[in-house]
Amino acid sequence: MIKKICFCVLVSCIFTTTIAQNCQFSFNGKISDFHDDSPIIGASIQIEGENKFATTDFDGFFEFQNICAGKYTLIVNHVACETKRVRFNVTENTFKEISLEHHIEDLEEVIVTSTNKTTSNTIQSTKIDRKTIDEFSGESLGDALKNVSGVSSLNTGNTIVKPIINGLHSSRIIVMANGVRLQDQDWGIEHAPNIDINNADRITVIKGTNSLEFGGDAIGGVIVLEPTKYFLKDRIYGKTILGLQSNGKGGNLHTNIVKTTEKGWFYNGKATLKRFGDFHSPNYNLTNTGLNSEAFSLLTGVKKFEKGFTVDYSFINNKIGIFRASHIGNIDDLVTAINSKQPQIIENFSYDIVSPRQEIKHHIFKVDYYQRFKNSGKLEVQYDFQKNERFEFDVRVGDDKNKAAIDLNLKTHAISANFNFDSNSNKTYKVGFKGVYQNNFANPETGVRRLIPDYDKFDAGFFAIGNFILNLKTTFNVGLRYDFNYINAKKFYIKTRWIERGYDTQFNDLIIGDFNTQWLVNPTFRFHNLSASAGIHHYFNDKTAVLFNYGLSSRAPNASELFSDGLHHSAARIELGNLAMQQEVSHRVSATYAYKTSKTKISVEAFFNTIQNFIYLAPIGTEQTIRGAFPVWNYKKTNANLFGFDFTWQQKLNEAFSFSNKSSLIYGYETKNKRDLIDIPAPNFRNSLQYKNENWHQLGVRLESEFVLQQNNFPDNNFSTFLPSQKTIAFVDISSTPKSYHLLNLQTDVVFHLSKKTDLHISATISNLLNINYRDYLNRIRFFADDLGRNYALQLKINY
Amino acid sequence: MKTIKHIFALVAFTIFAVACSKDDPIVVNQEEVITTLTLTLTPESGNIITLRSYDLDGSDGPNPPVISISGSLAANTTYIGSVEVLNETESPAEDVTIEVIDEGEEHQFFYTFTNSIGTVAYTDTDNDENPIGVTFTLTTAAAGSGDLTVTLIHEPAKSAADVKSGSITNAGGETDVEATFSLTVQ
Repeated sequence: MIKKICFCVLVSCIFTTTIAQNCQFSFNGKISDFHDDSPIIGASIQIEGENKFATTDFDGFFEFQNICAGKYTLIVNHVACETKRVRFNVTENTFKEISLEHHIEDLEEVIVTSTNKTTSNTIQSTKIDRKTIDEFSGESLGDALKNVSGVSSLNTGNTIVKPIINGLHSSRIIVMANGVRLQDQDWGIEHAPNIDINNADRITVIKGTNSLEFGGDAIGGVIVLEPTKYFLKDRIYGKTILGLQSNGKGGNLHTNIVKTTEKGWFYNGKATLKRFGDFHSPNYNLTNTGLNSEAFSLLTGVKKFEKGFTVDYSFINNKIGIFRASHIGNIDDLVTAINSKQPQIIENFSYDIVSPRQEIKHHIFKVDYYQRFKNSGKLEVQYDFQKNERFEFDVRVGDDKNKAAIDLNLKTHAISANFNFDSNSNKTYKVGFKGVYQNNFANPETGVRRLIPDYDKFDAGFFAIGNFILNLKTTFNVGLRYDFNYINAKKFYIKTRWIERGYDTQFNDLIIGDFNTQWLVNPTFRFHNLSASAGIHHYFNDKTAVLFNYGLSSRAPNASELFSDGLHHSAARIELGNLAMQQEVSHRVSATYAYKTSKTKISVEAFFNTIQNFIYLAPIGTEQTIRGAFPVWNYKKTNANLFGFDFTWQQKLNEAFSFSNKSSLIYGYETKNKRDLIDIPAPNFRNSLQYKNENWHQLGVRLESEFVLQQNNFPDNNFSTFLPSQKTIAFVDISSTPKSYHLLNLQTDVVFHLSKKTDLHISATISNLLNINYRDYLNRIRFFADDLGRNYALQLKINY
Repeated sequence: MKTIKHIFALVAFTIFAVACSKDDPIVVNQEEVITTLTLTLTPESGNIITLRSYDLDGSDGPNPPVISISGSLAANTTYIGSVEVLNETESPAEDVTIEVIDEGEEHQFFYTFTNSIGTVAYTDTDNDENPIGVTFTLTTAAAGSGDLTVTLIHEPAKSAADVKSGSITNAGGETDVEATFSLTVQ
């Protein structure tokens, strides 16, 4: 406790400036949960020795008027918490955020810490707290993120879930896992983030480009998975989650154990296991859609106020079945599949995962160190190494049956350093540097021509961000970043493809070897990317606030967009990149209107994003080969505009009932060709009605409705092709979108206090309650099968 | 302090990066490539007819196969037929037909006509007494025109209905070669 007071005094010292006797100051503040920043409501605050009291409102805010300059002690009181004191120093109008360790879930004692960070956020961001993360313990990151208005997903079945933020996905989204930018071959549509959601304590979704410290190429946004925060206290605690579900006849088990010491050491081990067999739609089994996943992480370090370090290793091993009937031979099979109302292959339920499948191992190793310097700020340095091994097994025959068709090994080393000048909380600056070396190795043992070549890549980036609290109501933020990318690839091209792509007129000087029917070429690329951001946040009054921001970002084309060339066996299509791709440049403007009272919370977010050289993959027809015809998907570039609205409304109806609505609308089109963009999420609406009884085991019941309209704005890429086996010319409808659908989900949960330190949470969920048949536009298996049918799930969670 | 760290990091990074230069990658020649399919039809009397589909850049290359047909077929005639598949990306060309026959249980050629211009009967068998289709007889109908599609299927379900008699409908498996010839029977 003494330590904590010392800590607070130290914080106060940082703020100390000349003191003049003046009693016109206001002291405002916010009490929030240390873990997830959620406001703590109804905390009482007293200034010791003075007859001044305040209570936090629905948003955790409190206010004192007519405060004299001087030193004070604040006494913070909250139900179920011990009384705590914080010292502070008033020299001017002051705003202070006080974080309370208020998680009943893991700590029974409350620790008050004082931070000098501003609450006003000039970026469009949404947080997902640990309770929600725990609900999704058995699912994927992409599933949990759909709780954020404006975030949807691009699926391959239901186990490969790629997040889409405001219509943008893949390389346009940065995933930050525990301070490490995930490098896991995110370019592919069927490559989901290789991350165990249980590793995150809190997830923040940042829309758009205004988070330059993570990167300048996040045209879509950033997903930040934050690790657990540890406290200076001698204790051991943990939690275990067991989930079971009917659809897939499987479950998940997660355990997390933490040991912390008063001296600042912490040790944390986590492990997650998932096993699912074939999932099923309402009418049939979805053969080969099972999932085996193992993940663990080990973390240790020291955390003190002045300095600390972390050593972190995490590993995930995923074996993911890909729906058997989605494997097609040539165009005949595709036409048969599209025209047939149900899958061509339906077998009985099985836990076996055969081909096609993905096997992915991802390792992350990280060390970081920070040190605070008195009266200047905090230095952070970090090194991380990632290794991503990706195998895609296709349905192959003969000797190659058990040989992967794609075998990629991506290694990434990154170092970064940044300094946060935060001694003056009204003007903080952050500058940083990051260097990345990446090597991709495509194993030739597959016997299949490489879709992605061997390459080396170097990145170097510098950024500077300034955050200015102009007055109590207004915060302004500006940032600038420069990134340099260098790619050096060695790639084989079939000579006829080299000519068909027109490279013989542009790039013949890149050829370094002649291998009979193939050229070996050595393309190198240098990209200079500039990104910038500016944002302003303003409170009109205690209920209403607005936020405007602008972001400029540049993204260099990825390996897939540049180099793809050839038959992607697991997708049975020829995918073609383009060496002449240039970087995407995006200008995004957005505005948020937020209204909050004790009963109502409304947020309206609007954005407009105009992107030059927007790169996308779309079908262009077929190519005839000696094996028959294959659909050809080409990476194209265009100028695109996207705009949309995300709407969130939470309403307390009375003490027991509340209602919420999350809706998002988005429209994307090509400016030159006046065509709609492909793969833009359809308008969707999530409504939920919630009942909560705090007096009886915190009983909660939630009925949720998920309504997704048919996407009517899609590009027509349909084509006709001759089918020799059927002796007809067939029309290939590869563009039409599925009908609108409406799902109902019912969830209920209770908490039992087993002992002073042990809680048992039990929740039961029925999803797709009415067992309806539906297909989703953004699921790649929609051509072949219906989506998931009804699922009964039971989850037990013990905190101890 | 900070600058020194940055410089140190940058130097370490550069040394590391420079140390990682590599040799050229190994070329992957697509396995089991078939570039050429040739059908030879020999009548008891008259001209030998050859039908050929040639695709040097294989299933990954952009160029469509080149189809050549040496002449038209005679009406109501029985031809003794044989098929040959080659990999001509290698020199000398690899005769894949030998492999097809060696692994006869895993392969079968299918011959499908439009406009009923002809029929095919298998004249060879694998070790399980099922047809492979490397040799066959082709019998033309009355004068007319139509298409012949030749398909080589890897791992067909030879025991499925009508597969042994040459119907591709229930064969399953994976297509190794598919070539369509427009024929005139006169």
